[in-house]
Amino acid sequence: MPAASTGAQQASQIKSMKNSEHLRRRHSAIEARDNRNGFLFALPWIIGFLIFSVYPLIASFYYSFTEFNPITPAKWIGLENYRYIFQDPLVAKSLKNTLFIAFVSTPLNLFVALLLAALVSSYFRGRGLVRTIFFLPSIIPSVAATMIWIWMFDPTYGFINNVLGMLGIKGPAWLINPATTKWALLLMGTWCTGTTMLICLAALQDVPRSYYESAEIDGANAVQRFFKITIPCIAHVLVYQAILGFIGAFQYFNQVYIITRASGGDAYSGGPANSILMYPLYIFYNAFGYFKMGRASAMAYILFLIIGILTLIMTRVSRKVTDYAGGE
Amino acid sequence: MNVHTAHRRRRIGKRQIAMLFKYALIAVLCVIFLSPFVVMITTSFKSNSDAFTLPVKILPRTVVLTNFSEATSKIPYFLYYRNTIFITVLSVLGQVLVTPMIAYSLSKIRWKGAPFISGLLMATMMIPHAVTMIPVYKIWSTLRLTNTYAPLILPCFFGSSFNIIIVRQFFNGLPNSLFEAAKIDGANELQRYYMIALPLSKPALTTIGIYAFLNAWSDYMNPLIYINKQEKYTLSLGLQSYMSQFAINWPHLMAAATLFVIPVVIFFAIFQRNFVEGVATTGMKA
Repeated sequence: MPAASTGAQQASQIKSMKNSEHLRRRHSAIEARDNRNGFLFALPWIIGFLIFSVYPLIASFYYSFTEFNPITPAKWIGLENYRYIFQDPLVAKSLKNTLFIAFVSTPLNLFVALLLAALVSSYFRGRGLVRTIFFLPSIIPSVAATMIWIWMFDPTYGFINNVLGMLGIKGPAWLINPATTKWALLLMGTWCTGTTMLICLAALQDVPRSYYESAEIDGANAVQRFFKITIPCIAHVLVYQAILGFIGAFQYFNQVYIITRASGGDAYSGGPANSILMYPLYIFYNAFGYFKMGRASAMAYILFLIIGILTLIMTRVSRKVTDYAGGE
Repeated sequence: MNVHTAHRRRRIGKRQIAMLFKYALIAVLCVIFLSPFVVMITTSFKSNSDAFTLPVKILPRTVVLTNFSEATSKIPYFLYYRNTIFITVLSVLGQVLVTPMIAYSLSKIRWKGAPFISGLLMATMMIPHAVTMIPVYKIWSTLRLTNTYAPLILPCFFGSSFNIIIVRQFFNGLPNSLFEAAKIDGANELQRYYMIALPLSKPALTTIGIYAFLNAWSDYMNPLIYINKQEKYTLSLGLQSYMSQFAINWPHLMAAATLFVIPVVIFFAIFQRNFVEGVATTGMKA
């Protein structure tokens, strides 16, 4: 319909075009400055990311196809390391041990953390103190904590078996019997769930009171309320904590390394009958014990792959779970 | 009417029993969670023969005070203490210096890289240490910096994803109008960072300072990889020397462990609130 615009309209159009041209130029100047400033402020991270993440990821992938130690340069040997890994019975053993710990400790710790959080979520006298008692173990240096537990696990003179003895139970040989070593590790792990407890606690307190009130009016009992309201409402937190738990379990190192040192066995031991030879421990032995760094890199890459796949699966599951709960 | 009150009374009774059960459970759990601390402390006041006498008593039969002096003279304990303090102080300094800068860039500067980096922060947390361990070791050994504290301290000056996320979250909570007002008043980016963001971020910086302290103080694997010279040991490495003998002198080891743990407990007592807030802000964001 506007077959021809009037002169006045044209003039204003030109003016606004000029104006926008000016604005655009100013905008792009601001943009360029922001880009520069943002980059400069983040520069330490960018450099660190390149040196400590990107380069090592590429380099260790390359090393995994080489024979390599700190002194001689890397020598290309193709898939030899991977072939070796798939035949080494200790690799299989350590992977089995690690999977056991990951699949048992993750739900166990989550359960304990949730239980502790539920116990301290409602007010009572001395609640602050109880929270502190539950949380404190998680910040104790793992070296010190592990040493205390080794002493407590002593079959004859240890605290645990003596307490069990008073209750009329004959305690196992914990860290000496290959059948019980992993249970000792799990017990130690539950002592350190304080961080997860705090996160569960924060999540519990985010659940709206009104949900519980209306459920109570509808006649839902405590168990029903827990499974129909509490769990769905905090599911996203639980799944995230489970992912972190898995990643942590696959990196389980300090505790088992110290326990193998304490038992005074041979230098690169995996505990009684290799029952606590965890995958990262075996990588460490290969890298810094036998100086088979190429092989260790290949093992590490397999670990990376496993963690990646598991994280992917769990994120998918988490999306489903939170969708079911009506999203966040 | 009568039936009704009886019913109510029974319900109250049931509820009271549930409460009683809950408090009993809390009490038992407290005893369990405290027992390792009790064992550590009481053992450090026992004589070695006392610790190895049946029946085992929780409290020392006779209180021995010499374990602390003996344990700390058996190995150069206070040298290790000093080494650990040195590493810890510089690590904390690095993190506190660099983290807010990076977090500010991601939260308060609108630039192309910000969303990209924010996404990568989470991803870098998923990379297992074992994958990067060997090439990073190779870097430090090529630079001839193994057996120095550089590999333990310098990485802290590049920021860690975990800490950056905490401070970024904090900056996200600060109103943008604050910074726009300063912009109109002619403050440039550096001034806005230095005069507005940094002073306001004190609580977040305290939180990451605590985490940096804890990480540096308890770090075991990195000293294990990089430090072989005994005089350069940190405390976590040093504690191991009590174990290298055939029979472990547990009272000595527990005395040494007590001295190692005390600073952590003191820190916690002072900064309890920051601990809790830090955990809550990072743990919930999936």
